[in-house]
Amino acid sequence: MLDVLIVDDSAAIRKILQRVLRQTEIPIGTVYEAGDGVEALATLRQQSIGLVLSDINMPNMDGLEFLTKMRAEQIWKGIPVLMVSTEGTQAKVLEAVERGASGYVRKPFTAEQINEKLVGLI
Amino acid sequence: MTTDTHAVEALSREELVHAIRAATGEVFTTMLNLSVTPGDVFVEKEEAVPSSGVVSLIGLAGSWVGSGSLACSEGCAARIASALLMTPYAAINEDVLDAVAEVTNMIIGNVKTALESRLGAMGLSTPTVIYGHNFQTRSSGNQEWTVVPFALEEDRMCVQMCIAPNADAGKKTTRTGFPVPHLLRT
Repeated sequence: MLDVLIVDDSAAIRKILQRVLRQTEIPIGTVYEAGDGVEALATLRQQSIGLVLSDINMPNMDGLEFLTKMRAEQIWKGIPVLMVSTEGTQAKVLEAVERGASGYVRKPFTAEQINEKLVGLI
Repeated sequence: MTTDTHAVEALSREELVHAIRAATGEVFTTMLNLSVTPGDVFVEKEEAVPSSGVVSLIGLAGSWVGSGSLACSEGCAARIASALLMTPYAAINEDVLDAVAEVTNMIIGNVKTALESRLGAMGLSTPTVIYGHNFQTRSSGNQEWTVVPFALEEDRMCVQMCIAPNADAGKKTTRTGFPVPHLLRT
């Protein structure tokens, strides 16, 4: 079973992504939630997370800074991170990939798009 | 009606309206499984919001600065939340306000993405949602709001934006927020 961390300042999006995750063929264990990058790093320190889905625009610490800090830690380098964001320009996608994102889905998204990306990552 | 010469040269109202309609249609179709029907566009000096209901505001800053918002009635907000979260909501609560904020974020975020190739990079603030009765929001200065109404079956909502070139772009670091100050009247 794969424990997942969803990072988004919108409770609505966290709820939607959790529902989408449960619909995939991937065996999902516990789904943890964080409202920003600071909370996400704290959760990573406390739990054994196997997959991260993260927004970019968030208060306190945005998704790109979170990604950079996460990839700086050896123990978290191998965890797949799927960015799910309204930021859709090629420059922003490239920046996320350069910082260590494993995949990118633009909001609005369909369940099929998330599933397709996750199957390629897991 | 005043017109910003730079804005007309770099961004026509038709382009902005097209981007708003495309983004709103895509968000409602993809995330809410609802279709919206665009109405006749109009321009206002003050933001066109209902005297009661929900208004969700987002600031843009960068090469251009401005604000975008979604305004609708309580019933329309509950309908949006019900469709997004697949849970019935009859009245305004925290879930409903969060859902309206996220829908606004997706719409204005996609408008921003559509315009960035022409206007340069911009940042988005996190949404601020206002809910109440007998209030008006106003932007200071002479900013004109391009208001795009949509029919959502029997409900009506407005997506509106005001955006102009940033005279200070490149001079200093721009902080994402609300470059166009808002007054809230009750």
